[in-house]
Amino acid sequence: MDTFQDTVFKLKRYWADRGAIIQEPYDVEVGAGTMCPETFLRVLGPKPYKVAYVQPSRRPADGRYGENPNRLYKHQQLQVILKPSPSDVIDLYLGSIEAIGIDLKKHDIKFEEDNWEAPTLGAWGIGWQVMLDGLEISQFTYFQQCGGIDLDLVPAELTYGLERISAFLQGVDSLYDMDWAPGVKYRDVRFADELQSSVYNFEMADVDRLRRLFDEHEAENRRLLSLFDPKSECKTRFPAIPAYEQVLKCSHLFNLLDARGAISVTERVGMIKRVRDLAVSTAAVWAEQNA
Amino acid sequence: MNFLLEIGTEEIPHWMIPAALDQLSKLDLLGAVPLVDATPRRLVVKAGNVPERTPDQEQVIKGPPISAGEKAAAGFAKKQGVELSSMQKAGDYYELRKTVAGRNAIDIFAEYLPGAILGIQWPKTMYWTAKNGPRFIRPIRWIVALLDDRVIPFEIAGVKSGNATRGHRQLGADSIPVTFENFNEALRKNFVLLSSAERRRKIESEAKKLGAKIDPELLETLTFITEYPAAIRGDFDPKFLDLPAEVLTTVMRHHQKYFSVGDPLEPHFVAIMNTSGDPDGLVKLGNERVLKARFNDARFFWDVDQQRTLEQRVEDLKKVTFHVKLGSYYEKTERVVSLVRELGGGAEAERAARLCKTDLTTEMVKEFTELQGVVGGLYARAQGEPEEVAKAIYDHYKPVSMEDSIPSTREGQIVSIADKLDTLRECFKAGMIPSGSKDPFALRRAAQGIVKILAEGKLDHDFYPLVEGPVRDFMLERVQYYFREVRGFKYDEVNAVLASSRGTLADVESRLRALADVRPTENFEPLAASFKRIRNILKQANFEANGKLKEQLLESGAERDLFDAYQRVQKEIQGAGYKTALEKIASLRPQVDLFFDKVLVNAKEPEVRINRLTLLSDLLTEFSTIADFSEIVTAGEQK
Repeated sequence: MDTFQDTVFKLKRYWADRGAIIQEPYDVEVGAGTMCPETFLRVLGPKPYKVAYVQPSRRPADGRYGENPNRLYKHQQLQVILKPSPSDVIDLYLGSIEAIGIDLKKHDIKFEEDNWEAPTLGAWGIGWQVMLDGLEISQFTYFQQCGGIDLDLVPAELTYGLERISAFLQGVDSLYDMDWAPGVKYRDVRFADELQSSVYNFEMADVDRLRRLFDEHEAENRRLLSLFDPKSECKTRFPAIPAYEQVLKCSHLFNLLDARGAISVTERVGMIKRVRDLAVSTAAVWAEQNA
Repeated sequence: MNFLLEIGTEEIPHWMIPAALDQLSKLDLLGAVPLVDATPRRLVVKAGNVPERTPDQEQVIKGPPISAGEKAAAGFAKKQGVELSSMQKAGDYYELRKTVAGRNAIDIFAEYLPGAILGIQWPKTMYWTAKNGPRFIRPIRWIVALLDDRVIPFEIAGVKSGNATRGHRQLGADSIPVTFENFNEALRKNFVLLSSAERRRKIESEAKKLGAKIDPELLETLTFITEYPAAIRGDFDPKFLDLPAEVLTTVMRHHQKYFSVGDPLEPHFVAIMNTSGDPDGLVKLGNERVLKARFNDARFFWDVDQQRTLEQRVEDLKKVTFHVKLGSYYEKTERVVSLVRELGGGAEAERAARLCKTDLTTEMVKEFTELQGVVGGLYARAQGEPEEVAKAIYDHYKPVSMEDSIPSTREGQIVSIADKLDTLRECFKAGMIPSGSKDPFALRRAAQGIVKILAEGKLDHDFYPLVEGPVRDFMLERVQYYFREVRGFKYDEVNAVLASSRGTLADVESRLRALADVRPTENFEPLAASFKRIRNILKQANFEANGKLKEQLLESGAERDLFDAYQRVQKEIQGAGYKTALEKIASLRPQVDLFFDKVLVNAKEPEVRINRLTLLSDLLTEFSTIADFSEIVTAGEQK
């Protein structure tokens, strides 16, 4: 039986064999693989790109102190971007499912409508959740817009919920009981992180400090963007990626504050808009650099 | 000739397919009748008896007048590309008769189909080739387009039409040459049942055999998310049956698209696969494990939620948005509680109002939003709230549609009305008013719900004092709609009753029923016409009654008779039911007719004139409290 890491290796190998770059996880906190520059920025503009990477994705509100067998604060996503999407993209995706040892002739696969939207990123797409024997194992999206910009080429984004898939393959009821590596359980690797992050996110995070940090990162992004000169000959030197990292910081801080229950009714909408405005203006700069 | 079109796509959302088929059934196939069907991956149009060509047509082009001379005619002929000799004279003009050759159907279709296919209206479309590329509901991956055995040649988004279809994703072949005749069978051999009716039957009969309780809406969904449906039965641990049936059923139906088994629930479910079978039991096992995890979640939510009572959660509502412009649910709760008090709902109803939105802060409702209200009711019961309170919370979103029932208890009815009324008032205040087909806050449904509860719950509340201004007009429209469309009364009867005295909606309904009963009797409509006449006379005379009728001024004969009849009927209808009262009023007809026949209202002596107007005015006022007869559209007027 494949361990968690075996399944990850197989999926990476599969996509590497089909011409995708295998990237490593991004080193700033994100809520989903989509938010990494490897997706958010790369899907903009006319240049084709194929990439796959595992991204630990943080959702503070989903933390359950390590007590819920199916819910995690931080889960691992395998994110695949195929830009432009090839016409046999669904067959390619199904091939990856067979590659990790699922005989599709013996299982039930359904594609059920599920359009993806990320209001803080000004991004949305059309697609499905992929159901395997009643279990949602992937999200499949044709990107239409990112950072408020209509995309030149339509990328297909395939997102695999690695814990779920691996638990399915291993036949365990709790994510914590699956083997990460031979003799090492998921619990051994991740439990402390889940427990402690839940304690921090729900009980100990300093609301005032988080708010100040949010303001600081927002200000830094705005300061940088105000310095961008589209007519400059060295505009490719402009730090659009570092500016975008400030957006990611804001997004994560917003999620933390939200989980902490610190965001009021009226404030919430306003904060989402603040993050989206940053994402949209940063995307515009990147698109300008790469036009 | 036989026409076959198959648009091969990636999986189309199930709920959009029927509307797309409806549009395809209106394709212009040169008079042939399109027969349509679909699976999630293909939209199919078939038609027999398509003409091979359109017929040749003679065209007449009018030329210059003969009086303009041959030169003008020659110029015209040259422009048309013919010799002058082929022009004919018709009356004072030259004319040219040309035969326009018919066209081959295949050529017409090749031009017509791409636009017609991309012209299908969808709720939401996408592009997939590149920016500014064609838009459709999902990417088009293959096209079969045949007229007899010839391919109708065209291209959409880089996909050329051909004669090869595709089978089921896992079980069928990738490229299957087909003809009009063998199309359905070729698909069947490749595990695609094209007929949605056949899929529906297969799901229903297999599921029933496994004990499923058939839910029509779910059946429809499953019909359009499968190409080759097959049912399997799975089991779950009976220990989960101690969770509320509402929660278990929601998980099964809405989240997992399973049919539940048994009523009361048994620890089984029926899942519909999109594949031929489950020989190794893997699909059953997988679904059972998913359901177990879901049920475990639900139990976890239940346990966690019990750590804080609904009462403790009232404060938490300050953080839950009702609407950006309208503040939090906490504020809404305060308003609803005071409304319930105004409506005289009683202590239990007030308590229910205070707690009714608190389930929005529970894990259970965050996960299963469709169970809002229901969960609050279940929790209230579990936390020892009085049964009236629990039931009122449970029901307070009802009725969710015109078909849905109203809350079963008085407390539930009052809380539901207060909640909806608050939404209406606040949205109108903030300028969020429905217009045309736009009603994002479902205010029509809210208003309709209030009307339904007031009428069917026979509540002692007139809606007039509850609302004012535009909200009142909006409510009035819903009242009219309700009695017309839902209860089936005629529009003028509804107008007549609503234009008379006000009252509770239950009272409005009894008056309507009486009116509808009495209306076909012989005296009624003529009397209604007379009442209308009285109204006009009073209006023309600008008359406002301000004195008592003087009996001594009454002329004997028709006038006196009418007055006597008026007094008699007035006595007779006291304490009588609406129907009897209306019958009695209708019996005034001969006296009214005779009065208009014999008596001149505009008498010379002002005193007499005023006395006669007063008589008519009293008559009208006294007998219009059940219905304003002058609103009745009589047979004569309809012509």
